[in-house]
Amino acid sequence: MIEDPYLGKYISCVSARSTDREILKKAQDGGIATTLMVYALEEGMIDGTIVAGEGDRPWQPKPVVAMTREDILKARGTKYSISPQISWLKEATRSFGLDKVGVTGVCCQMQAVRKAQLYPINMRDVPDKVAFTVGLFCMENFPYKSMQSIVEDHAAQSLGSVKKMEITKGKFWVYTERGNVATVPLKATHKYEQPGCHVCLDYVSNLADISTGSVGSPDGWSTVFIRTKKGNEIWSKAVAAGMFETKPIEDVKPGLDLLKKLAKEKIDKNQKTIEERKTFGVNKALRNPYA
Amino acid sequence: MGLLNSIKKIMGWEAKPAQVAMEKKVEATKEIKPVTNKIKIGHVHMSGCTGCLVSLADNNLGLIKILDDYADLVYCLTLADVRNIPEMDVALVEGSVCIQDKESVEDIKETRKKSKIVVALGSCASYGNITRFSRGGQHNQPQHESFLPIGDIIDVDVYIPGCPPSPELIRNVAVMAYLLLEGNEDQKALAGKYLKPLMDLAKRGTTGCFCDLMNDVINQGLCMGCGTCAASCPVRAITLEFGKPQGERDLCIKCGSCYGACPRSFFNLDVIPEFESISEIIAGALKEGESDD
Repeated sequence: MIEDPYLGKYISCVSARSTDREILKKAQDGGIATTLMVYALEEGMIDGTIVAGEGDRPWQPKPVVAMTREDILKARGTKYSISPQISWLKEATRSFGLDKVGVTGVCCQMQAVRKAQLYPINMRDVPDKVAFTVGLFCMENFPYKSMQSIVEDHAAQSLGSVKKMEITKGKFWVYTERGNVATVPLKATHKYEQPGCHVCLDYVSNLADISTGSVGSPDGWSTVFIRTKKGNEIWSKAVAAGMFETKPIEDVKPGLDLLKKLAKEKIDKNQKTIEERKTFGVNKALRNPYA
Repeated sequence: MGLLNSIKKIMGWEAKPAQVAMEKKVEATKEIKPVTNKIKIGHVHMSGCTGCLVSLADNNLGLIKILDDYADLVYCLTLADVRNIPEMDVALVEGSVCIQDKESVEDIKETRKKSKIVVALGSCASYGNITRFSRGGQHNQPQHESFLPIGDIIDVDVYIPGCPPSPELIRNVAVMAYLLLEGNEDQKALAGKYLKPLMDLAKRGTTGCFCDLMNDVINQGLCMGCGTCAASCPVRAITLEFGKPQGERDLCIKCGSCYGACPRSFFNLDVIPEFESISEIIAGALKEGESDD
C-alpha cells in the first residue's frame, strides 16, 4: 500500500485503455470507468450502477441507475456540470431493488458514499450494498449555466452542436460536430466554478475502490489508481479477462509527476481557502466542515 | 400434516430434528470463556413510535452477537422484564418528552442520572421530528400537547438522527460504545474519534430541518451538489434542481437527517478515509461464533 499526502492511499497505479472499441468511440479518454462498470455488471459483481446519464438539456448530466450495458454506455464521456449521483444511492437499493450497487462519480461523491457507509444517517441498507465505486479525477465542477456561459459566450459555440468538451493543457476545449475546435483559457473559466468545490481536499478520488482520469497518461489513455481490496480484485479479474491494455505508469509521459503537481496545486489552494474562511468576517468565521 | 409427514419420511427426517436441536442447545450453553466485561445498554421509550427499536432489532444476528458478547440489555419495556430504570452504561432514548406528562419528565431525568452515556436514538429524541407537529387535543390525554427533544430537558451525549435511524448506524454506535468503555488504548482512541461528530451534533442543537442545509451548507458556500441529502430524506421532500437541493418545506418532518448525512455538515478526515479498515473492524466484531473478549 502506497500512501501519498496528495494522491491518497493506493495499492497500484497504471496507465490503461479499454479494449472495447464501442466504448472507446465515445469515451472521454481510456474508457476505464465505463468498461469497469460494464465488466462488473456482466460478471454479476454489481446489479446496477449509478452513472451520469443524459439530462433534459444539451450536456446537462442527470444521475441514472443503469442496469444494462446500453444504459451504462449512454453515460460515456465527461459532462462538465453537476450530477447529483448520490441522490439515487438509497433508492437504488429500494425502488430498483439492487443488492450490489455500483457508483461512479467525482471525488466529493466518493466521500459522500464513504460517509454514508460509516455514518449511515437515514441510509438503511446502503453500507453493505455498495459493491463497487469508480471515482474520477476532478479539479472543479460548473453549475449548468456556468458551462453554458463558457461554451456559448466565451467559446461562441452552440451547446447543441458540441461533440466533446475537455479541460486539459490549461484550456477548456470545445469540439463541435462539424469539426470546429474552440478553446477558452482556464483563467476565464475560474470565476464560473461551483463555490463548494473550493473547500474540496481531494483531486484523484482518494476514497474510491478504483479512481481514474486522463491526467498523467498519453492522449487516449487514462491513469488508474487501484485503491481497495475490492478494487484490486475487480481490476485484476478485468485485466486477466482482457478488458484493458495496460502500461506501467513509470513508462508513460507525463506520468505521476504531473498528477502530483496538479493535486498539490488544488489541495494547497483549497487548504488556503479553508484557512481564509476562519477569518472571513470581523470576528466571524465561515463554517469548516472538517473541524 | 399428512403431506409434511410423508416428505419427512422420504427425506428420512422422522423424529430426528428434535434430537439435533437438543444437542445444539447443550453445545451453545457451554461458554468457552465467561463474558465478564459486557457493557449495560438500556432502551428508554419516550414519545416515539417504536420504529427506532424495530431498527435496533433489524440488526438481526448482529443484535444477537452484540447481546451475546458486548452488551446486556438491562432495560427495555418491550424486550426486557425490568420495571424501573437501572444504572446503565449506555441509554438509547427513543422519542421526545411530553412535558405535560409527569412520568415522562421524571423518567428522562432518571435516565440522565443513571447513565454514563445518553444517546438520542432517532430523530424524535434528537430533534422532535414528527412530534413537533403535535397540537394536543386528542383522547384520552387531550392536554398532552407539548413534546420536546430530550436535549431540551437533559444533556445528551450522542445523536443518532434518522426516521428511523438505520440499523447499521445503531450497530456502529453500539460497537464503538463498547470499544470506548472496554477496549484497549487504540480501540478507545478509534471509538472516540468515530463518535465525536455524533457528539458534536448533540452539542449543536435540538432543531433539525431542511433549512439546516440552506443555513449551514448552501449559504455557507459549501454545497457541491452530491445529492446525499435527497437520498437521506425519509419523506422525499428534497429534489436537486440544476444540481442544488430544493426542499418541499411543508413536507419536511424536521428529522434533521439531510444535514447529518451531508458530507459538508461534518467530514472527519481522521475517520472516514479509513473506511476500509473501520468497516473490517465492525464486521469483525460482529462475526458469528467468535468472541473477542
